[in-house]
Amino acid sequence: MTSIGTGYDLSATTYSPDGRVFQVEYAGKAVDNSGTAIALRVKDGIVFGVEKLIQNKMLVEGSGKRIASIDKHVGLAFAGLVADARQLVTRARQEAKSYKSTYGDAIPAKVLAERLSMFVQQYTLYASIRPFGCAILVGAYDKRGPQLYMIEPSGVSYGYYGVAIGKGKQAAKTEIEKLKLSTLTAREAIVEVARILHSVHDPVKDKEFELELSWVCDESERVHQFVPKDIRDEAETRAKAIIEESEQ
Amino acid sequence: MEDLSQAVSLGTSIMAVEYDGGVVMGADSRTTTGSYIANRVTNKITPIYDNIYCCRSGSAADTQAISDYVRYYLQLHQSELGEEPEVKTAAQLFQLLCYGNKNNLQAGIICAGWDQHNGGSVYNIPLGGSLVRQPFAIGGSGSTYIYGYCDATYKIGMTKEECKEFTKNSLALAMARDGSSGGVIRLVTIDKSGVEREMIPGNKLPKFYDGR
Repeated sequence: MTSIGTGYDLSATTYSPDGRVFQVEYAGKAVDNSGTAIALRVKDGIVFGVEKLIQNKMLVEGSGKRIASIDKHVGLAFAGLVADARQLVTRARQEAKSYKSTYGDAIPAKVLAERLSMFVQQYTLYASIRPFGCAILVGAYDKRGPQLYMIEPSGVSYGYYGVAIGKGKQAAKTEIEKLKLSTLTAREAIVEVARILHSVHDPVKDKEFELELSWVCDESERVHQFVPKDIRDEAETRAKAIIEESEQ
Repeated sequence: MEDLSQAVSLGTSIMAVEYDGGVVMGADSRTTTGSYIANRVTNKITPIYDNIYCCRSGSAADTQAISDYVRYYLQLHQSELGEEPEVKTAAQLFQLLCYGNKNNLQAGIICAGWDQHNGGSVYNIPLGGSLVRQPFAIGGSGSTYIYGYCDATYKIGMTKEECKEFTKNSLALAMARDGSSGGVIRLVTIDKSGVEREMIPGNKLPKFYDGR
């Protein structure tokens, strides 16, 4: 899969002979080299987890968050170039606000995902601006139930029950596929998310990481929030314990 | 001759009532140009979407233009949304137009219908462009004569048939007293299964004390 498109990869307005736009694919590489982010759609909501790699020991804990709230009922987690993703967060917030102002209702996840997809895709059309170097996970819980979408740098988006992006996505996907998502509750899911992120983290290559966990579920009254500290710590402890047990 | 220079107005008595499972909408059928009745069998209850209708009062031209816009915007919205739009959304679009253009419009609209998330709902958008959800709403020049009757008669939890009777009687009373309202009563009932239209001709209207 990895290849260099020598000669055809200098601009997003050039196709290769086999129909690829290499600049968009390279943007995807930026995502693949960043910390893992996963999201699960479970019975009573959506759970997000991000492996935030700590670049510098002097960083204040909790700064540089990789999960954002879009409207009350929508959460957005990302992997890849953080500054690019922040632009998409701003755009998502504008879309949600304008939708509510025009139609009087909270934006459905499907509509938000489509709007962001179209926005991201525009940046793959021109030589003068580069594609977004990030992939985003958009999850919402509204009257239609929990919904989860992922948007890639190409602008493609699909709905998912469970999704992983970033460095450890292959290993994470394998773990996610083992879960019975439709019967899990959000409480149970955060333990699974913590466990998966701890198990795909490579302590040799990447040293320390901070686990970011957020959810939008019945327990949070359908509001997207970072998982409260006590529940979070309990889940992380439990997750580490499960990993240790299985290693013995 | 002055009459011909008067705007075509929907003098009007309009009404909508919510019940568990749907809505009943009613209107008279008189359109006037001054004191000339330009149309005595007008249809003032117009479709916005399969499950959403609106009652129009005020300027005929203004309300027709507004409902055409809302129908158009709602269609685009439905394409993006992928499911039947909510009554609340149509009402919000009405408000956007009525408030945003308030200086140039004379439109009193009642937007009502049934949707899967909220059941039956009735929204009143009067002249200034405010938006209020109500269990029942009355509008138009004839409505002023029936506020008392409606407040005294309305009960929470009425059935579909009771709502129809309530609407018929209220509109008949309004049409009897308001010179700008008259003709036939048109009723539209909307629920999960669809839309039902009825017409009560002038000679079959409910009768109240009229001197005899």
